[in-house]
This record gives sequence, C-alpha cells and structure tokens, in this order.
Amino acid sequence: MSDHHDDHKPGFFTRWFCSTNHKDIGTLYLLFAVIAALVGGGFSMAMRYELMEPGLQLVKDGHAWNVWITAHGLIMVFFVVMPALIGGFGNWFVPIMIGAPDMAFPRMNNISFWLLVPSLLLLAGSALVDGGPGTGAGVGWTAYPPLSSKAGGHTGLSVDMAIFSLHLAGASSILGAANFITTIFNMRAPGMTLHKMPLYVWSVLVTAFLLVLSLPVLGGAITMLLTDRNFGTSFFNPEGGGDPLLFQHLFWFFGHPEVYIIILPAFGIISQVVSTFSKKPIFGYLGMAYAMIAIGFVGFIVWAHHMYTVGMPVNARAYFTAATMIIAVPTGIKIFSWIATMWGGSIEFKTPMLFVFGFIFLFTCGGVTGVVLANAGMDVAMHDTYYVVAHFHYTLSIGAVFGIYAGWYYWIGKMSGRQYPEWAGQIHFWLSFIGINLIFFPQHFLGMAGMPRRYPDYPDAYAGWNEISSYGAYLTGFATLWFLFFAVWTLKKGRKVDGNYWNVQPQCMTLEWTLPSPPPFHQFEIQPKVK
Amino acid sequence: MSDFLEYSTTGKPHPFHIVRPSIWPLVGALAAGLLATGVLLYMHGIKLGSFDFGLKGVVVGLSAVAAVMFFWWKDVIFEAVQEKAHSSVAKVGLRYGMALFIASEVMFFVAFFWAFFNASLFPQEAIGFTWPPQGMQVVEPFDLPLLMTMILLLSGCTVTWAHHAILHNSQYEAVKALGLTVMLGMCFLALQIYEYAHAHFGFKDTVYASAFFMATGFHGFHVFVGTCFLVVCYFRAQKGHFTADSHFGFEAAAWYWHFVDVVWLFLFLCIYFWGNVIGVSHIPAAG
Repeated sequence: MSDHHDDHKPGFFTRWFCSTNHKDIGTLYLLFAVIAALVGGGFSMAMRYELMEPGLQLVKDGHAWNVWITAHGLIMVFFVVMPALIGGFGNWFVPIMIGAPDMAFPRMNNISFWLLVPSLLLLAGSALVDGGPGTGAGVGWTAYPPLSSKAGGHTGLSVDMAIFSLHLAGASSILGAANFITTIFNMRAPGMTLHKMPLYVWSVLVTAFLLVLSLPVLGGAITMLLTDRNFGTSFFNPEGGGDPLLFQHLFWFFGHPEVYIIILPAFGIISQVVSTFSKKPIFGYLGMAYAMIAIGFVGFIVWAHHMYTVGMPVNARAYFTAATMIIAVPTGIKIFSWIATMWGGSIEFKTPMLFVFGFIFLFTCGGVTGVVLANAGMDVAMHDTYYVVAHFHYTLSIGAVFGIYAGWYYWIGKMSGRQYPEWAGQIHFWLSFIGINLIFFPQHFLGMAGMPRRYPDYPDAYAGWNEISSYGAYLTGFATLWFLFFAVWTLKKGRKVDGNYWNVQPQCMTLEWTLPSPPPFHQFEIQPKVK
Repeated sequence: MSDFLEYSTTGKPHPFHIVRPSIWPLVGALAAGLLATGVLLYMHGIKLGSFDFGLKGVVVGLSAVAAVMFFWWKDVIFEAVQEKAHSSVAKVGLRYGMALFIASEVMFFVAFFWAFFNASLFPQEAIGFTWPPQGMQVVEPFDLPLLMTMILLLSGCTVTWAHHAILHNSQYEAVKALGLTVMLGMCFLALQIYEYAHAHFGFKDTVYASAFFMATGFHGFHVFVGTCFLVVCYFRAQKGHFTADSHFGFEAAAWYWHFVDVVWLFLFLCIYFWGNVIGVSHIPAAG
C-alpha cells in the first residue's frame, strides 16, 4: 500500500517483530549475526585455549571436543556469515542499489529472518541435550553417517535437533534466495539493465541461485538421515543395502556451493569498496560479473574434491581435480581485476579499503592453498590435517569476515547516519589482520607436519606453533571486542554524516549514495532511472 | 558497464506492492519451531513427569503451521481481490517467486532420485547385488501405478480445461473443471494409500523400501498439497475471484500441479518401471 508516508515508522513491536521493511529486516539480520558471532567466537576462543598446550584442559573427551567444533562450524556458517552478508547487507543494499522501494516479498523476507531464531535455539539446544556418546552432537558440521547415525553411537536427541535446526535454516535461506532473485529480476529501476547492475547485486544474484539449487539437496540428505535414525530406513546403512558415501555426495553437492554462497557476497562488497576508494570504475566489469557466474556454475560440479580419500575411482579423482583447478581461473580474474582497478587510481586508505587489501592478499593465500588441495594426489597426504583448516579459514575466516568488516565500515554511516572513528577502525584492522594471520598461518606448518583435525590433544612436537596460534586467537578476540565497543560507540555517539560521506565519485556511483544517511523509511517512492 | 551510470528520476511513483506489517511471519516461524519440537518429542518418546507427549506436539505444531498458512494467504487474497494491490509488475514478481519455489522443490526430489539411483545402479551385498533386491515382491507397474499415471495425466487435462474456462470468463465451467481436478487428485491419493497398505514390503525392508517409500511418499505429500491448493482455487472460482486477465492464484496452483505430474512420470519410469521390471543384475568386479 502506498498510504505510508516516507518516514512514518510503525510502533516498536510492529516495526521490529512484524516488519515488512527491507532495511529493518536487514538490521535484525545484522544484530542476529553479531549475537551468533559472540557464541561462535566464544567456541573459537575456548578451542584455542584447549589447544594452546598438549593435554586436555577444558574438554573431558573427544566427543565433547567434537561438539565444540560442530557448534562452532554450524553457527559461523549458518548464523553469522550468511545472515550478515546475505540477510544483512543484502537486504539493506540490494533493493537500494537497483532503485527499488523494498524487496519483492516483504512478508516472506520477515519469515526468512524469524525462522533463524527457532533454528538457532534448536542448534544451541542440541549442544546441551543427550547426544549418545555424551552431551551434544559430536558429528562435525558435515554430520556424516555412521558417526551421526544411531549405530554410530549418536542415539540421543541431539543430532535430531541439529537436523531440524538445519531444516529451518534451509527453509529460511531458500525463501530468502527466491526473494532476492525475484527482487533483482523484477524490480530494477528503468535503465538498470543486468549489465549495469552494481557488482554487489550481481554477487547476491548468483549466491541466491546457488542457494535455491543446492540447499534442497541438503534438505533431502538430512531428511534421509532423520528417517534412517528414527524410522528404520536404510539409505546410509550398509546392513540394509544403503551406502554411507551417498550422504557425503549429497552433503557436498550442497556443501561446495555453500562455500561460494559464503564468499560471493564478500566478493561483491570488495568490488564496491575497491572502486569507491580507488575512485575508478571497477576494471573489467563484465568479466567480474561473468566470473561470478562461472564460479557459481563450476561450483556445482566439483563437490567430490572433499572426498578424495573415500576410495573413489582414479578417473573420478582426476576429473574432480581438473574441474576444481578450473575454478582458479574465474577467481584469478576477480583478484587481478581488483588489482587493476587500483592501478593508477587515487587510492584512499580508509578502513574499508584496508580490509579490502587484507582480503585480496589473504584470500589469494587461501586460494593458492586451495589449488594445492585440489590435487587428489596432494590431498591424500593433507586430508583432514590442519593444512585444510588453515586453507578454509584463510578463505572463510579472513575472506568472508573481512568482507563483512569491509561492508560494515563502508556502509555503517549509510545505515545509521553516524560514522565510526577512523583511527579506531584502522586499529581494528591491524589487530584483526595480525591476529588472524597468527592463528592460521602456523596451522599450515602444523598440517604439513601431519597434525590431524578434530582432536583436542596432540603430541608435544606440535606444541610450539599451537601456542602461537592460540596467542593469535586471543589477539583476534581482543580485536573483536574492540570492534564491538566502537560499533556501539558509533551508533550512540558517532559523527553524523551526510548522504555521500565517502565522496563517492560519479564514475563509481551507486544509488545508496544518492540518498540521505540513513535513508528514509521507504526510499524511491518516486522511481529513479538510469540515464 | 559503460563507464558511468548517471541516475535521474522518472518522476513517477514506483509500480510495486508495498506490503503492510504482518504478524504472520513471526507466528509462522514460531509455529515451525513448535512443529520441529513436537516431532522431536514424538520421535524420542519424551515424557514430562507422567505426561507422555506422543503425537500431541506434532498435532499442535501442524495445526499452528496450517493456521498461519490460512491467515497469511487470506491476507494475500484480500490484497489481490479487494485492494487490487497486485499491479501487473507485482504479478510478474509472484510468477518468479512461484517458479523459483518449484525449482527448489525439483532439487529436493533430485536428492531422493540420487539416493534411488545410488542404491539401484550399484546394489550392495546386503541386497544380493541385484535390483530389485533378491526375493523382493515389488509393485507391478502396469497395474495400479499405470492407472495412477492416467489419473494424474487426466487431471492435467482438466486443470488446463479450467484454465481455458477462466480465460473465457466462464465461471461455471472453471468451477466444474476444478472440481473434477480435485476429485482426480483425491483418487490418486486414495490409490496410493491402497498401494501402500497392500505392499508386500514395509518401510524398513532394505534400501529398496526406503527409496520407494521416500520418493513416492514425498511425491504423494506434494499431491496432497497441490490438491489443497486446488481446493482453495475451487472455492475462489466459485466466489468469482478469477477473471480472464487476473488469476495468478489459479496459475500457481496449475504450475504446481503440472510439476507434481511431471515428477510422477519420472517416478513411474525410473522406480516403478525401470527399477522393478528391468533393474540391475550385477556381479561385483574384483577391486
């Protein structure tokens, strides 16, 4: 209905619990992600404390440790990175960047958010109830049977709670993804052709397609796991002619696109920021957009590179090695195009741009170790070692989280109308950059030396690098508290800013900078257009 | 991108439908959580003191979800019919939404077909390296399943008949054709219940039964949902909600119905015909 006036906001309950406003729902997503990050990050700190020296400190056995890594992984993927990068920034800026007044299905947008609440409660609950071998589900985020089956010892309520948590989170993401695709295809302002859309919008579009096509397969897999556990089916049970490997195939058919779901929106944010602070249009715009499509497409046909050690035929391993390494091509296009965008630019070293530098440098490191691991022959030696942990934290922990920070510092003035203190942002960057590298760089050495994942204890030979890694974790933890303090400070006391506080140049202009900060409750009641 | 984007204004209001705040998403999410909790309580036979939850939690959760669906879609229909809020652009959006929903459902079925082919193309030792498993008394495809195929295909015709009737503003025929479609859907479901009740194998009889009941059962659930959707359309047609140029609610139901129909054809071909009649007789290669 258009009987809303521009800035007429509903009352507190209606506004925050019954919302149909993309910016308010985006804010809810961001708040949710911060809360979940505290929980998931708390697990990180506890894990690094446990691993700081050999022997058992906090956990009493391997099952308890597995519960921690499961909770850490699922929370970070489903309740921190996805809600922040897609739900938060996506909701806030996709409609604005295409000149739309809101999302296509505002009510559905709200249920996408609220489904995450029972979902997170179920996951948190699963860590607290009986799992079978002990309290909680010690199955890893992959939940492979037979470990996750009743025969494998997980007889309790816990795994089923985690399964339902994923069902709800999956429904939330599928609905959200359908909403984004519809919004982007149907609500662009006149003149905003697909080939003129900002790259962040492109990144969310590709991400949304990955979600719609991959998440239901996970839904099917965990549904079959559920019936195997509770209703006597034999999908993954060899005693009834089933096959545990089927679960791994189904899981990674989802799981591999999922890692691009996590990183693509970060790519999009990096593209916006690098252009703004280099004062140049992005280099090779079309190549950048189609590189993301290529990454999304190839991402669907490389899943079994997570399964090199399960006894696949050598031809299958050769195929998955080749297909996986092909992904380095479009990814390389993106890295070099970001660098070429900076080339000859008038670069401003503001906090968002620092996080972009961090992202490009470190994501490249994660990408290079990814090419190493893509080789089946290498992976057989590296599989399930800390080398893999280091690899995916370089892409996800540094990649996705630096993307979130870049987006936060870039847009917080736009979202709140108040600007963060630049000096505090820059200190936050350096603390994070040094801290995260201290955590994960030594883990390459640990992995090369053969330290396996998913154990709470290790031989003394690994003690040195583990200690350094844990110091890095504490530094990163401190950086996060620093960030949170100044985030709250910004919202309360930050300097008020005008619409285009970064002085975004015409050649880099996207529509959010044409609006006041914060934008009106309903923007673009009069439709904009692209000349 | 041409190097620069210059923005200006069309000077006209946007053509989209801005939806009022609504309580249903929040209640719906909580209802979904309640349903999940109810199923958990049932599966693990959890008791609170002397109170046995049994299926009570499931019933409450399902009722809550169904109630939210009813009230939410009632609002949507009110906005469409009474408020005329669905502009032509908004209707295109609804089409995208429905198509994407169906696409995600297709991928859900992909998981179950994957499970079926994984089990049937590479039969394992426990089922005698053959498909169907040794000694399995399977459902004869050219018996009831063929009849069910014919019923679904016929219902695809009647729903198209209803579509043409709506396009010609012929309310009487639309109602009649929709009624027929609903009846055919119910016939299909009745036959499926009969088939399940008379099957010579149970849910727990090897991966054959797992794949059979999961794939056909998930499909049967979709037929049920599609039938409910068509029942709603039947009553809406009676009320004269559908006009020649505005009847997306019906179209969505018809799309969904055709999707369910096509999935059945694949089930019939792969599981009932290929799996039961041709199958795999396999001697495991060394290594």
